[in-house]
Amino acid sequence: MKILVAVKRVVDANVKVRVNGDNTGVELANVKMAMNPFCEIAVEEAVRLKEKGVASEVVAVTIGPKAAQEQLRTALALGADRAIHIQTEEHVESLVVAKLLATVVEAEQPGLTILGKQAIDTDNNQTGQMLAALTGMAQGTFASEVKVDNDKVAVTREIDGGLQTIELILPAVITTDLRLNEPRYAKLPDIMKAKKKPLDVKWPTDLGVAVQSKLTLLKVESPAERKGGIKVGSVDELVDKLKNEAKVI
Amino acid sequence: MSILILAEHHDRQLAGATAHVAAAAQEIKEILGGDIDVLVAGENVSVVAEAAAKLDGVAKVRVADNAVYAHQLAEPMGALLAELAGDYSHVLGAASTTGKNVLPRVAALKDVSQISEILDVVDADTFKRPIYAGNAIATVKSSDPLKVITVRSTGFDAVGEEGSAAIESVETVVENSQSTFAKQALAQNDRPELSAAKVVISGGRGMGSGENFKLLEGIADKLGAAIGASRAAVDAGFVLNDMQVGQTGKIVAPELYIAVGISGAIQHLAGMKDSKVIVAINKDEEAPIFQVADYGLVADLFEALPVLQSALSK
Ligand SMILES: Cc1cc2nc3c(=O)[nH]c(=O)nc-3n(C[C@H](O)[C@H](O)[C@H](O)COP(=O)(O)OP(=O)(O)OC[C@H]3O[C@@H](n4cnc5c(N)ncnc54)[C@H](O)[C@@H]3O)c2cc1C
Ligand SMILES: Nc1ncnc2c1ncn2[C@@H]1O[C@H](COP(=O)(O)O)[C@@H](O)[C@H]1O
Repeated sequence: MKILVAVKRVVDANVKVRVNGDNTGVELANVKMAMNPFCEIAVEEAVRLKEKGVASEVVAVTIGPKAAQEQLRTALALGADRAIHIQTEEHVESLVVAKLLATVVEAEQPGLTILGKQAIDTDNNQTGQMLAALTGMAQGTFASEVKVDNDKVAVTREIDGGLQTIELILPAVITTDLRLNEPRYAKLPDIMKAKKKPLDVKWPTDLGVAVQSKLTLLKVESPAERKGGIKVGSVDELVDKLKNEAKVI
Repeated sequence: MSILILAEHHDRQLAGATAHVAAAAQEIKEILGGDIDVLVAGENVSVVAEAAAKLDGVAKVRVADNAVYAHQLAEPMGALLAELAGDYSHVLGAASTTGKNVLPRVAALKDVSQISEILDVVDADTFKRPIYAGNAIATVKSSDPLKVITVRSTGFDAVGEEGSAAIESVETVVENSQSTFAKQALAQNDRPELSAAKVVISGGRGMGSGENFKLLEGIADKLGAAIGASRAAVDAGFVLNDMQVGQTGKIVAPELYIAVGISGAIQHLAGMKDSKVIVAINKDEEAPIFQVADYGLVADLFEALPVLQSALSK
């Protein structure tokens, strides 16, 4: 079985982002970029399934600027076998990402397609679900456990009340939650080897998908800042403040 | 055109989130006119439909009661909503794990974008939503004929429950052979729902163990609070995942949020920084949580919590 993994280049999770001066987006100059953390988990899961002999090949795909090849190389260093870069310098919204990924699914026919549950830049949480709908595959979102059994996969999902396990007929789409696994770090020899692994570049026009946005970003603002409060000296003082000043208890 | 709301429900009970979604729908309706309908889909959900009919501003509750909608699996739910969506200009759901699972499918099936977790309605096609873990607020305008939207509950005050909408059944039954429900493990407790509670007390890695969360329980009992946790506390296995507050967990905005043994990472703040009053108890006076706390107490939680519990008993 082949596994397709979608990875996105985003601002590193440890960066405290700031809105830019003209309110059109966030400050991106000299900001550290990285693979979206949920995508790292997706790559790790695919690689583990290959190590267990469940998968025979892991293909990583990204849609984004030239620089996004760094994240594909990271995926290759972590154990993916080959990579596909759908290159565009334009902003690509989730529906278009899903349409582009659907063309890759069509061409590659993976048994499983694994995505992150959400990209930590847009916080959209929708691409995997859209891909599943467009390709007619079943979906197991927010996965914290994945067990493949012949033509089926059991997915344990993190839902609001706790955990839910569902069974899906393959091929299927899975989106990862944080507790699915703990991604490994790439070792130096693997990083060297990754440079030689195949990386195929395509353009959205090759795939017959128009990169057009139906959502227009009108403005980006900073959220209301909280004013720093005070330190209290004791529990009694705290309780007094909560009762008599804040009046919340 | 009218607005359709996907009702959120669990265990044959309408979830509180639906009344917040109805409030967002109400704002759109004030601009556009038309009706607000609610779809209740599930198995044996007549009680849910009756509760939804009471939500203020709702014209009609449409009930799809069939075994195929039990557990609200994404495939049949998406297909059902996509079929019904033709009658509406907006389809709204809660930004819950159900809403997030189903609504993007509906959008894709209708070839429109989906707008996630709106906080504010600017006009009928323009909305505000958080990006970058809430470190920025984006205003987005949709040019799609159908808007598919998830609503963040904390952005809208719940509508009242004085209404009496008509209830009608939806006969559409879709096939689903792709996915089956196997089992679920849901948290059992008598505390208020985390995302709806007026007071939330959360524990982090500093709690040290699941056993030590008992120290929070006594206080939660006194305050009628829900108990939350940081990701580190969930990852360490102290508590169940549904207690996680943050960018990738639940978003809460109670009157009072008490963070105990939580450092205050941006991803945690994303889930609680809109709380009215924030209290932090942490032994490290440099912990970033103090930058957002109205009242900070630098103390060892194992000493402070028992004292707090007894102070509240006075
Ligand atoms: C993509 C992504 C998504 C994430 N999503 C979330 C999310 O949704 N929610 C979330 O919470 N995190 C999330 N995180 C994780 C987040 O970055 C932090 O790692 C996490 O919030 C830390 O939890 P913590 O504060 O409990 O632990 P720590 O950062 O380890 O802090 C523990 C605190 O306890 C204090 N302490 C220890 N012992 C005591 C004591 N005896 N008395 C008093 N204080 C004590 C320490 O001083 C310290 O400040 C996410 C991370 C990533 C990368
Ligand atoms: N530009 C992209 N290239 C590849 N994968 C993407 C891209 N955008 C989103 N994804 C995938 O979809 C997941 C969810 O993203 P989103 O729905 O945008 O929050 C990510 O974790 C990726 O796996």
